[in-house]
Amino acid sequence: MIAEIGLGLLWLAAGLAVVQAFLGMAGLRQPDRPDLGGAVRPVAVAQAVLVVAAFCCLIYLFIVSDMSVKLVAANSHSDKPMLYKVSGAWGNHEGSMLLWVTVLAMAGAGIAVAERRVRRDTLIATLMAQGLLALGFYAFLLLSSNPFERLNRAPQDGQGLNPLLQDPGLAFHPPTLYFGYVGMSVAFSFAVGALVTRDVGPAFARAMRPWVLGAWIMLTLGITAGSYWAYYELGWGGWWFWDPVENASLMPWLAATALLHSVTVLATRDSLRAWTVMLSVVAFSMSMVGTFLVRSGVLTSVHAFAVDPQRGSFLLALMLLYIGGALALFGLRIGTVREGALFEPVSREAALVLNNLFLTVILGVVLIGTLYPIVAQGFGQQVSIGPPYFNPAAGSVALLLVIAMVAGPLMRWRSDGMKAVLRRMAAPVILGVVALVGIKVLAPDIGTLPWLGLAVAILAAAGSIAPLWKRNLARTPLFTWGMVIAHLGVAVALAGMAVDSAFYKERLVAVDEGDTTDVGPFSVRLVSVEPIIGPNWTALEGRVEARRGDGAPFLLTPQARNYSAPPTDTSEAAISTRLDGQLYVVLGKQGQDGRWQLRLWWKPLVTFIWLGGAMIAIGGALSLVGRLWRERRSPRGGASA
Amino acid sequence: MRKVFLWLPLAVFGLLLGVMGHGILNPEQTTIPSKLVGTKVPAFNLPAAVPSHPGLTNADLATGKPVLLNFFASWCLPCIAEAPVLEELKREGVVIHAIAIRDKPEDVARFLAEHGDPYARIGSDVSSRVQISFGSSGVPESFVIDGKGVIRHQHIGDIQPQDMPKILKALKDAQ
Repeated sequence: MIAEIGLGLLWLAAGLAVVQAFLGMAGLRQPDRPDLGGAVRPVAVAQAVLVVAAFCCLIYLFIVSDMSVKLVAANSHSDKPMLYKVSGAWGNHEGSMLLWVTVLAMAGAGIAVAERRVRRDTLIATLMAQGLLALGFYAFLLLSSNPFERLNRAPQDGQGLNPLLQDPGLAFHPPTLYFGYVGMSVAFSFAVGALVTRDVGPAFARAMRPWVLGAWIMLTLGITAGSYWAYYELGWGGWWFWDPVENASLMPWLAATALLHSVTVLATRDSLRAWTVMLSVVAFSMSMVGTFLVRSGVLTSVHAFAVDPQRGSFLLALMLLYIGGALALFGLRIGTVREGALFEPVSREAALVLNNLFLTVILGVVLIGTLYPIVAQGFGQQVSIGPPYFNPAAGSVALLLVIAMVAGPLMRWRSDGMKAVLRRMAAPVILGVVALVGIKVLAPDIGTLPWLGLAVAILAAAGSIAPLWKRNLARTPLFTWGMVIAHLGVAVALAGMAVDSAFYKERLVAVDEGDTTDVGPFSVRLVSVEPIIGPNWTALEGRVEARRGDGAPFLLTPQARNYSAPPTDTSEAAISTRLDGQLYVVLGKQGQDGRWQLRLWWKPLVTFIWLGGAMIAIGGALSLVGRLWRERRSPRGGASA
Repeated sequence: MRKVFLWLPLAVFGLLLGVMGHGILNPEQTTIPSKLVGTKVPAFNLPAAVPSHPGLTNADLATGKPVLLNFFASWCLPCIAEAPVLEELKREGVVIHAIAIRDKPEDVARFLAEHGDPYARIGSDVSSRVQISFGSSGVPESFVIDGKGVIRHQHIGDIQPQDMPKILKALKDAQ
């Protein structure tokens, strides 16, 4: 019964999305009838309430393990721990699409209730765009991916959730990314709304900024968490594989990062009007392209999701409608938008334009690399594109980007003197050059990219805190602190990547119980291998004792796990975090001679990568809180930054 | 000029949609066919895998009559699934030769006793060297070879009942 109620609620919500879109259009057509446009707001809220209720129905079905529902039977199992029963609701295609519209509708309701900054007609147009957007995804759910479908005969028990996904991090990784993607859709709706009413200006940018910032924080967290998951769960010791699914989350992040900075320029200085609108559309397109790549199965990936060309075609049609429509609107309307304020070539605006340019280039590099295999296949070639392309192509531009990132906050708005800028940048640049020479002398054999990366990281670390120099720290606004912490986070993450790539140590050995081997500064002894039993798996657990020099020994317990439903072997790496890096141990197969394979890594400073990611997100959060705080105190919004 | 520029994003997006649409319509190929289809079989001479059957050389594959060459192994589960289909093909009059991959005589004998024996000759390829020279990467895998010893068709994976017409047609075309 609950499944039917859920489905009914979903249909009702879809109906309200139609009403929302039509009321919006009617309200814009007849400005003399304020009741039409005014009704859009309550409808948007009602739509959100209905779809949230439908989503709760789905979660309930997963909690009680109602195996007569196809989605539950295919993705859950009554033996599963409760956390994974609940997360099973969105750990699959249908459920995740329902989560998507749920978040979308909640965002729409949020705009309807709280947004007071933009013009009334722009708000109505924005909510109309939201309604149209939601409608497409309702159609997708109801016509081709109904999460509430029943089975004719209920099976005894479900097929379980892929064990690799039974991990606390993964329970929250997809929703985090989805919040990010959907936040981008709000930016998209604002851009469409502003184009419809020709109201592209600072007010629109200020209304959009918290959504962009929030979405960007979520994407940052999602990517950081996803990278750490791949690192410890897959047991390959790597933290980024340039896999299509990883790129699918990176591309919206790159676009969102660019948008975040251009929207600030628009809000503060009223420059970059057309570019900001363009980026809002691009950022949302990249979210949709990402979803498409993950869901359609066009590209093979380590992330084996349910693959269905029909769903891919549906998503493609939605993209054609929304992105194509928005870009056509852009072509028609943007020519009539008044040009924004101008700025000098040496100014903070110019540095931000440079930053946008570099981000866009990286985005292009990643997009081309991700899609090239499809193009090549069209010409009868099979290619696989990986680190040899991405690392130098994206990496070198990323280093330039980081340098521009350091320069930006040290420049004044509108116009600045070259000499003054150089004086402010002198200390970080000198540090960077010293690092460049120092590293070459101390470690002449490391690769070019890690070498440059480390030097740029040191330059950026110094440069990021430079804006606080000689400032009254107590009176520095919260969003400036946010920027400093986020930029410092970039430097920290870059340092982690560079040091790990340059100095990691890897060993693959076959050892008997009791044997000692070594990796990096550690000596490692396999004490024993014992069978153990978990809630829904059995495993062989290696007891590995490691010590550095004469230090105290510590125990690592890598496992080779075997899950019963669905039957799958996974390896649980054992990771010991030290102050200066991580020791990473994977237990492999037992050979015919009775010896065990051990794969060992010493990964210096690798934790900095995720620490940096977290700092970027925290910086974003501080900035968001700081902006909202300031706007609350001066409702018309200060033009200062 | 500026007007045209404004439509550029739409054009780029159209291109992108085209690429992705093309990707949907042409699903990625996940198996790689052997480059040797259409060429003569490589020369080889394999000893018998079990005492009950003679071994296999490339000359046995060029006797004027098309044959099916099946790479299998006693340790391979899909090969067990494939066994009844091979029996069915034998009943249709197909001559099936086999190459056992990385196998032991007693294991092969047990496999034949348990899952049926459709084979005329079975060569033993202990090091997979002949398998690699055929451009084959796994078991089971089958090749249709015409009377002159030329590879006409490759089937990757187990032959399922619905694949039978395809195999029979390939054998007929090879005559």
